[in-house]
Amino acid sequence: MIEIGLGHYLTLAAIIFFLGVVGIFLNRKNVIVILMSIELILLAVNINLISFSIFSDDIVGQIFTMITLTVAAAEAAIGLAIIVVFYRNKGSIRVEDIHGMKG
Amino acid sequence: MEYILLFLPLLGSILGYLGKSIKFFFSEIITSLFISISAILSIIIFYKGINFNDYGNYKIFTWINSGDFVANWSINIDPLSSVMLVVVTLVSALVHVYSIGYMSRDPHKPRFMSYLSLFTFSMLALVVSDNFLQLFFGWEGVGLCSYLLIGFWYKKESANNAAIKAFIVNRVGDFGLAIGIFLIFYHLGTINFSEVFELIPMNIDKEIFFLGRELNFITVTCLFLFIGAMGKSAQFLLHTWLPDAMEGPTPVSALIHAATMVTAGVFLVVRCSPIFEYSQFALNLVAIVGMFTAVFAASVALVQNDIKKIIAYSTCSQLGYMFFSAGIGAYHVAIFHLFTHAFFKALLFLGSGSVIHAFKDEQDIRNMGGVWKKLPYTYLLMIIGTLALTGFPFLSGFYSKDAIIEFAYFKHSSVGNYALVIGIFTAFLTAIYSWRLILKTFHGPYNNKTLPIEKTHESPAIMIIPLVFLSFGAILAGYMFKEIFIGSHSYEFWRSSIFFLETTKHDHVPLWLLIITPVLVISAIPISYYYFIKNIHVVEGFKKTNEQLYKFLLNKWYIDELFDLIIVNPIKKLGLIFWKKGDRDIIDRFGPDGISKIIKSISNKAVQLQSGYIYDYAFVMLIGLSALITFLILN
Repeated sequence: MIEIGLGHYLTLAAIIFFLGVVGIFLNRKNVIVILMSIELILLAVNINLISFSIFSDDIVGQIFTMITLTVAAAEAAIGLAIIVVFYRNKGSIRVEDIHGMKG
Repeated sequence: MEYILLFLPLLGSILGYLGKSIKFFFSEIITSLFISISAILSIIIFYKGINFNDYGNYKIFTWINSGDFVANWSINIDPLSSVMLVVVTLVSALVHVYSIGYMSRDPHKPRFMSYLSLFTFSMLALVVSDNFLQLFFGWEGVGLCSYLLIGFWYKKESANNAAIKAFIVNRVGDFGLAIGIFLIFYHLGTINFSEVFELIPMNIDKEIFFLGRELNFITVTCLFLFIGAMGKSAQFLLHTWLPDAMEGPTPVSALIHAATMVTAGVFLVVRCSPIFEYSQFALNLVAIVGMFTAVFAASVALVQNDIKKIIAYSTCSQLGYMFFSAGIGAYHVAIFHLFTHAFFKALLFLGSGSVIHAFKDEQDIRNMGGVWKKLPYTYLLMIIGTLALTGFPFLSGFYSKDAIIEFAYFKHSSVGNYALVIGIFTAFLTAIYSWRLILKTFHGPYNNKTLPIEKTHESPAIMIIPLVFLSFGAILAGYMFKEIFIGSHSYEFWRSSIFFLETTKHDHVPLWLLIITPVLVISAIPISYYYFIKNIHVVEGFKKTNEQLYKFLLNKWYIDELFDLIIVNPIKKLGLIFWKKGDRDIIDRFGPDGISKIIKSISNKAVQLQSGYIYDYAFVMLIGLSALITFLILN
């Protein structure tokens, strides 16, 4: 039986983080997927925080994670709201169509 | 009183310029009034000087005070400057009044009047200075005003070109004058006239190194001062600007380019007589240049067709008279001729302005003729001016011109004898071309095809009245002032303002000398009548057979072309090289243009980074973040 240690948790977090990043880059279709990818990155960070908190016996990390989750929820709500408004204005939320910042 | 005299024209100039928006005729009234007051004051000063020897130096304030070096702004009234004051302010006042009529339809009249007043102020500052620095200030001031007034009709390209030409040719002369002043300051340590003139006799044999050569100090200084005088007074080789300056309005030609500014060179030579007297070489050069100019300008005036150019060359020729008179040591006669010349030449110019006015801006005498009945006053006044100019007996030009010829005779030197011949010959030429001008303008058939003769009209009274005043001057100035200026007691009148090393003995004049000039001058009238009115074919035939000579004279001895060839064109080419190769191809290409090009190409590349897609930005952010973290960890 493999002892599950800090390394495994960190590896999991790293994988999730990587998935999030790749999701941002490779996704060419939908802005909502980008939002989800950002959530994934955030979760990866939270896993890191919790595992460090447990392995170093410090409760602060877990408290901090709770706060982060709250902020993430609010952020997701605002992000979705922005997307709704954006869709109303432009009629599309395809990533390819969003290049208003082109120089 | 002296202060008022000097500063009224300046005040008038400023008020006249500022007052252009007040009322349409405000500026011409204020400037004319102020100048007239100045003229009256200067006549009072002149009168007091003659009768009560009331001269003096009135200091305005110290300009420069550095160690031993002091230069003041001051009003120096002595016999010489009081004569110049009368000439300048009187002619200027009459020209101001005349301009009211002549420029009546010009929308920029306030500016014109303001410039005229400013010119008068500069000229007064020049003549009343007691040091070379203030003289130089006035010298440049009149040059500037001359430039502004020649180019007054700035929409005319030829006027602009003439203005620039006058300015640049004068620069050559001014450069000489400046070097002369530098030499005086460097070797004598002062520029005040009285101190310089005191120091000069102690430095007669002083040798200086100049351009690597040992030369006599006084001679070198005189030569450079004379170059300055040549530029301002349009002597040979530096005369080319004067005929072109006729592009300006006619009152300007009368005031600046006939009566006052161009005589500044003569004034300078006379003022510096204590220096010139010690350099026989410089004096001879002055005389030779003067003689040459007198003949040259008269010969060109014979064939010109522009009424103003004829008078301009005539001015040039008369200035030559003044110079060779000064060159043979008769400074007071030079000033006397300057004095009388101012009246009759201003009269001629203003008269020609009246003719031009009558012909609706026609200046070519070939397109005139036969109008003497239509313009009786102008005709009469022009005749008076011409008689005075040619030296018809008992008019003003007669006294001054004959005095010059007599002095040349009494000089009993080779230069003097040469001047005698030249003087008589030029007097004859003067008479011929002057009568040609009168006859072609007023007599013979009417030749103007565009303007019917009924449309020509006499000028208004405001233009005729100043001419009447000037004609009084042209008739009487010689007779009234000859005793004071050049009579047997004239040395007492001039006192220290003109310096004579040795006074020329004024013996009995031989009879042939007394009558030769008047006879020539009077005989010129029927001669010119015969050739220019009665029997034109003779002249035309002569023109055909001697076409080379005619063209040579018509083109003013090709002096302008010569200058173009040896000076103007090489400099133009050099300028083109500097502009195209130096400025455009090197400085611009690698300087401002190059930098802006580089920035443009860099930013064009930078723009490509900004695709507008979020994932690209995120990618860049990630790369940047990882690079930053790597950097921090490695450190």
